[in-house]
Amino acid sequence: MSGADDEHLARLLRAAVAGDEKAYADFLRDAAQAIRGWARRWTIGAGVDAEDVVQEALLAVHVKRHTWREDAPVIPWLHAIARHKYVDAVRRQARRPTVGIEGLEDTLASVETEKARDWEIGRALEGLAPGQRSVVNAISIEGCTVAETAQRLDMNETAVRVALHRGLAAIARRFGRN
Amino acid sequence: MDTNDLIKALAADTRRPGLSMSATWAGAAIGALVLAGLVFSVLLGPRPDIAAAAETLRFLFKFVVAIALAATAFAAMRVAAWPEADLRRLLPYLAIAPALVAVSVVLELFAVPSDTWATRLIGTNSLLCLTFIPLIGLAPLALFLLALRHGAPSRPELSGALAGLAAGGIAATFYAAHCPDDSPLFAATWYTIAVLILTVSGALGGRWAVRW
Repeated sequence: MSGADDEHLARLLRAAVAGDEKAYADFLRDAAQAIRGWARRWTIGAGVDAEDVVQEALLAVHVKRHTWREDAPVIPWLHAIARHKYVDAVRRQARRPTVGIEGLEDTLASVETEKARDWEIGRALEGLAPGQRSVVNAISIEGCTVAETAQRLDMNETAVRVALHRGLAAIARRFGRN
Repeated sequence: MDTNDLIKALAADTRRPGLSMSATWAGAAIGALVLAGLVFSVLLGPRPDIAAAAETLRFLFKFVVAIALAATAFAAMRVAAWPEADLRRLLPYLAIAPALVAVSVVLELFAVPSDTWATRLIGTNSLLCLTFIPLIGLAPLALFLLALRHGAPSRPELSGALAGLAAGGIAATFYAAHCPDDSPLFAATWYTIAVLILTVSGALGGRWAVRW
């Protein structure tokens, strides 16, 4: 679990809270790595995709970042959020009608490379209002900056930021719902 | 969307994070006290002989227990809103109010003759108690559940129950100023039932409202 050293994460997160966007991206990448390590262990035989847990946990970390206290360790906080989201995902999985994929697991697993797991967050993304969806899409998948997105969608930057903020909050809210 | 794309979007969202939890709790506490006080003074008001009652130990002790419950449950609820909270460590604090109740009941049983126990327990107004404590506690409970929802409790039902206990403590504090029954036997029975109604409501409300 490299890069998951608590002091290091706390430094990045403190800088992020102070408004350092680059530090926040670094923090999220390192946090994702730590969560992935836990999620892979938890999801063995659970019928839940580890990367779905990672993504859902990152969203929760983002919208709940005000529940981290600057003097508290980061890793237990991160772990608790990830665990909560994992339990959520398992519960959701249990409620879902099981489609007969017995015998197909190998095929499915091999197809499931980097982007084939679009379905969980992708479904939440599709549920967004069109304006929010195009902003979130431009910044995430297409990698545009806020300024580029504003220009491309003919919006002002504030409107882009608002749409991004609301869109992400909406994704975080619907991710778990079914 | 893969995880790196998601991170790009999250990092670009630089709008300020939500209200800090200490500000949230301060607001919830003030709002809870104001609303409970408002409901109390509109619907009930203090008992007419409150000045004389305030000189008796039994009357005052009701406040000691109710305030202890409100304070400890509120503190426990605050802790429960952190995702990594270890709720088992809160148990000693939560035992304070029940311990005070138990001590007062034992003292009362020694202090008064046993043929008056039943009358004291039944009191004059148990139905009023069971109606108004939950009623006064309703708004505080709703505010506390909202505050918990803004936090990230990993045990929604349990933290909702703590919200119910805290709301019950606040409601009992106000109601005690109206209630004409001061015997610990009365308080230990009816106040407890009334507070438990709020606690169960809190647990159910927590399951429903405190999801994240």
